[in-house]
Amino acid sequence: MCLAVPGRVLDIGEKDGTRMATVDFGGVVKEVCLEYLPDLQVGEYAIVHVGFALQRLDEESARQTLELFAQLGMLQEEFGDPWERAATEAGVADWPFADDIAEQPQHAGDARDAGDAVQEAQQQ
Amino acid sequence: MKYIEEFQDPELARRLLDDIHATVTRPWALMEVCGGQTHTIIRHGIDQLLPDQVELIHGPGCPVCVTPLEVIDKALEIASRPDVIFCSFGDMLRVPGSGRDLFQVRSEGGDVRVVYSPLDALRIARQNPAREVVFFGIGFETTAPPNAMTVHQAKKLGIPNFSLLVSHVRVPPAIEAIMTSPSCRVQAFLAAGHVCSVMGMAEYPELAARHRVPIVVTGFEPLDILEGVRRAVRQLERGEHTVDNAYARAVRPEGNPAALAMLEDVFEVTDRAWRGIGVIPDSGWRLSARYRDYDAEHRFSVTDIATQEPAECRSGEVLQGLIKPHECEAFGTTCTPRTPLGATMVSSEGACAAYYLYRRLDLAPAARTAPLEASPVV
Ligand code: SF4
Repeated sequence: MCLAVPGRVLDIGEKDGTRMATVDFGGVVKEVCLEYLPDLQVGEYAIVHVGFALQRLDEESARQTLELFAQLGMLQEEFGDPWERAATEAGVADWPFADDIAEQPQHAGDARDAGDAVQEAQQQ
Repeated sequence: MKYIEEFQDPELARRLLDDIHATVTRPWALMEVCGGQTHTIIRHGIDQLLPDQVELIHGPGCPVCVTPLEVIDKALEIASRPDVIFCSFGDMLRVPGSGRDLFQVRSEGGDVRVVYSPLDALRIARQNPAREVVFFGIGFETTAPPNAMTVHQAKKLGIPNFSLLVSHVRVPPAIEAIMTSPSCRVQAFLAAGHVCSVMGMAEYPELAARHRVPIVVTGFEPLDILEGVRRAVRQLERGEHTVDNAYARAVRPEGNPAALAMLEDVFEVTDRAWRGIGVIPDSGWRLSARYRDYDAEHRFSVTDIATQEPAECRSGEVLQGLIKPHECEAFGTTCTPRTPLGATMVSSEGACAAYYLYRRLDLAPAARTAPLEASPVV
């Protein structure tokens, strides 16, 4: 959660009176709030922390950082499934929780998408 | 310098290291404030590449680690209520409270959900108007503005079933506390770059001058750390103590004005307890009077919970740089990431976890008495 990851703005819109963007983090796409960087434009890079763009970054530095994070597996850490990680750390076998099974396809799909995207980013 | 080839730009890394080696004439102790920086340092063996005279001391900058036990216990209490959906960042799932953690609360049937952004928690609140949705608002100056915006939105949009369990902390008072401690050995600080992206650098010149301590704003990548160390050592050798920005690509002196304005509106400065350290005056934020209705502590009447921290965990000393993690008796024996005694072992940014992850060879008790510099990087 400490990690702030650089991302590139794909498009900008408004939601509930708040300026929001979709942002690409080396293949993982997330919704990001732009209220703290209101003049950020499509195609620009910013440092994003917990879904908020906090400071503009030049393209070169952003690319270098993303590449490094991908190499070190840090994007997977940031965008991977935290429950799965917690279960591994705890050494418990009862994952997923029994009552999650109904939600499972959706859940697994999300995790796979994020994982694939991170892997692709790592291969690039 | 066997590992230098792993640096993104090994040539530049070598030049920075050469410069540090050429500059240093005496022993110096530098503290990196941020847990993310600690991880970069240990992961890349930067402490091993530096001259023996330059010691890096790990600072208190891991939000998960410094969240006091009693706040975790309050979170567990709230999360266990059947009417509550408790939302948190994934890092908090395994932080031990008194006897259990959020992961266990979830497996016992509590509705604990992990969100990527606090705004996700607000969305959950709108989708579940019949339930109370609580977001666990911890973190330093980087995380506080997003959480502040979320409370602001909740008020603006009139979402009554959302509240924040707040335990935000601020870096400058922690630096002040470290410098005024009688056992302080820190001679320069590598300040946390992303905190400064938000806050700017205005709070630092006075601290640097009063304690005669160089403060170099530093980023998180291996080369950033080397550059931060290089600039700090140069100042120390020259007897200077100014504030220097070695992370200009992400830090402007004025910070982020929009974020600062929101912090000012939603939060007010308060004394805060840091796990293992105790109360540091003015070192935290709580919701300001205008937003008090959104304070989960009051909404769920958990203000009275107070907890004693386990005596065997020395994370307070680790967080203040007084001991290194492997000097703790419990390190790697009764305390591991699987069975953590303290948050510094469970958090992915914690110093104990970094030592455990990247220095597994040090785990043999006999090896632990060897000087740190002699231990191999795994
Ligand atoms: S090794 Fe474990 S018990 Fe020792 S200080 Fe670190 S977290 Fe606490």
